[in-house]
Formats: sequence, structure tokens, C-alpha cells
Amino acid sequence: MATLLASWTAGGMPAQGMRRELVHLSDEALVALVARSSDAALAELYDRFGRAAYALALRVVRDAALAEDVVQEAFLAIWRSASRYVPERAKAATWILTLVHRRAVDSVRREERRRAAPLGDDVPATAEASEDVAWMRLERERVQRALAQLPDAQREAIELAYYGGFTQSQLAERLGQPLGTIKSRVFNGLTRLRELLDETDTEQDPWTNRTSTS
Amino acid sequence: MDEQDIHQLTAAYALDALDPDEERAYEEHLAGCADCREELVAFRETAGSLALAAPPAAPPSALRDRILDTVHEERATVVPFRRRLATPLLGGIAAAAAAAALALGLYGLDLRSDVSALKSSRQSAQTAAQILASPNARQVAVSSGGGTLVVAPSGAAALVLPDLGPAPEGKAYEAWVIEGETPRPAGVFDATRGATVVPLTTDVPGGATVAVTVEREGGVDEPTTDPILTARS
Repeated sequence: MATLLASWTAGGMPAQGMRRELVHLSDEALVALVARSSDAALAELYDRFGRAAYALALRVVRDAALAEDVVQEAFLAIWRSASRYVPERAKAATWILTLVHRRAVDSVRREERRRAAPLGDDVPATAEASEDVAWMRLERERVQRALAQLPDAQREAIELAYYGGFTQSQLAERLGQPLGTIKSRVFNGLTRLRELLDETDTEQDPWTNRTSTS
Repeated sequence: MDEQDIHQLTAAYALDALDPDEERAYEEHLAGCADCREELVAFRETAGSLALAAPPAAPPSALRDRILDTVHEERATVVPFRRRLATPLLGGIAAAAAAAALALGLYGLDLRSDVSALKSSRQSAQTAAQILASPNARQVAVSSGGGTLVVAPSGAAALVLPDLGPAPEGKAYEAWVIEGETPRPAGVFDATRGATVVPLTTDVPGGATVAVTVEREGGVDEPTTDPILTARS
């Protein structure tokens, strides 16, 4: 594998041949190639995760132009810091979406675009469920089912924190609850959600068994 | 904050929902707590699932081109990042740099292993060594930590930081050159235990201030935190 990677550094293989090979690589292997400055590998990662990244960014910042900026910043961060990715710490997909989320939250806090309105009503839904996002649709439904099983107060705290970009003390203020109560809701809610997701995690790992998006 | 409390912050940290002060405290704790690091792996994955539950939306196709164009431009000007400099410096420069390091009071500095700038390379490590070894370089004390800013007559500059230590989990250091109001990015880097030498990617004009902030891994376009150290050239 090491030799293979070495031969794939920038310009080491004709673009088309490389492209065909990349489709079969794991997400983690692609990050390793990005660390070796393979822009083709970055393009392949974008083809796999650009859609999820954009959907997440849009949900948080709720503005198409800002969401594009967030995705661009995040993929540039992937490009620049791929060498620091540690596979033991997160799946590549998780690492990428963590980078996207952090930038989305930074952006929304910077722009002070949080609104008093409930979340979700003004998010433009532009994509239809189509075949190439089947794995995402399955995963979305699974997570939404799990979220629906949380007590309302915990679900609200988690959704406002993750999709709304509120810090815990902002949540306390917004919801008129003591900070300690909010902290318990976030901790207990995410712990419970994790259990629920573990229970419903089927043999089919949505990350690895998705249909190709290229 | 007691131990139990700080462990419980792992969930909020995975959601990026900690207030800035708590986030800093938690990251310090995380560096020394294997339990929390393990816990964080699981919570991050749960947060990743939440990411996928966002309503579907398709990015404009121009976005892909824009990202790849930027990457191409960057690759044309920046030597690829290496995690750590693995190749020894060329003998002559290394010797001169070692002499310069001695003059700076950095007795323990080993340039072969300590030049560790992100987006750095053997070449820029040599640049750093050349700056250090430049006979006409100016040396300016850094505001804290006993570091030194070394500016060659050309404006090329390097920071020598004897005791910075690694950036917190998920973070990196970013250097800035500030002239007037606007800080310009001057390189993202990490530090190891011991001395760190950081060649700046932006020249330092006379009178400019060099600052270092702690930023997200990968760096940002403008500083989001207060500098941890500054030096006025």
C-alpha cells in the first residue's frame, strides 16, 4: 500500500486512471492521499461528502451563500490539515463533518444570524431524494427516528445546540432554564441518542455500503 | 469545576456547544484524560449522525470548481505540508543555524527535529535556518515565553519559541503579520515539546507586529482569538 500511495502523489498517474482507481478507495485512504497533496483525492472526497457538508452547513447558517463559504473553508481545511487526521480518533466522514460543523457554528456566531423563530421552518429544501443520495436518506431516517424517541426537552436542547449553533449558556438564556439543567439535558440527550443509534445500527454500515455518488 | 463535571462536557464539546472559557478548560483537560478522548470518539460519531439528519440540499456545481481551483492555486505556491521534518538540514546551513540558536540562548534546540511548521517542508526549514543564520538579522523579544522573532534584512522572518508546547486537541497555532489594522496570515503550525522554529510565510516589514493565536486546525483567514504572544519588529 505504501508503494501504491507513493506512486499516487501529485501527477504520478494519468488523471483518468487515477480517478477510476480512487472510486474504490476507502474514505480514510483518500484522506491519506490528500495529505500527499492529491487534488484528485480531494475531488473524490468532495463528490462523496460535498452534498452532506452543504446540507449541514445550510441547516446551521440558513443562508445559501454563507453555506457555500463554510463548505469551501472546510474543504480547504481538509486539504491543509489532512496530515493531522488520526484514523483511530474518527472515521474520515466524521472528521470531515466535524470540520464543516465547527465552521458553520463559527460562521453563524460571527454573523449573529440566529433567529428567534423555531428551527427548520425557513430552511430551503432543494434536493429531492434521488438514487445517488440513498445512503444519506436511510441514515437521515434512522437518526430522525432515534431523535423522535428522546424526551422533548433533551431533543430540543440537542437540536438547538447542534443545528442552531447555540452554546449551552445561550441555550439556558433562550429557554429560561438554569445552566445546570441545560448541561444535563445535553449530556443525557446525546448519551441516549448514542445508545439509540447503536441499537439500530444494522449490519449495513451506511458509510461503507452507500452507492457511489460519482 | 470538579472532575465529574468536566467529563460531562464531552457531549457538549462534540456538539460544538461549549462556551469559549469552558471549551478552553475542557481542551486542557482532554489533553491529559484518555477516558474523555475515548468518549469523545463515540460522541463525535453521534454528532456526525446528526449532521446527516439535516434536510437534504444540493450545493451549486460551481462550488466544487471553486474549491478545486483554490487548491490548485495553493499547490502552485505552497510546498506540501509535512507532519514533521524528517530530513536533516544541509550541513553548512545547519551549522550556522545551530550557532545562531546558541546565540539566541537556545541550547537545547535541535533544528533537525524541531522545525515543525505546518505547510512547511525541508525547503522552508532551510529558509528558517538561513534566517537564523543571517548575520544581519534583527532579533526581537516575544511578549511572553522567552521567544524571539528573527527578521532577516529581506523581511523574511522566523519565530523561535523555546517552550510553546503542542496546540490543544483540534487546534493549531497561526501566526499573523499586523501592519495597520489588518492581520495577514503568516502560517499555521503546531509545536512539539521543546523549542519550535516557525518560518513565517509572510514577510515582516519594519514596525509591523507579529502575533500568534490559537485557531482551528487548518487555520482561519482572520484571527478569532486574542494573541497568546506578540512581537513588534
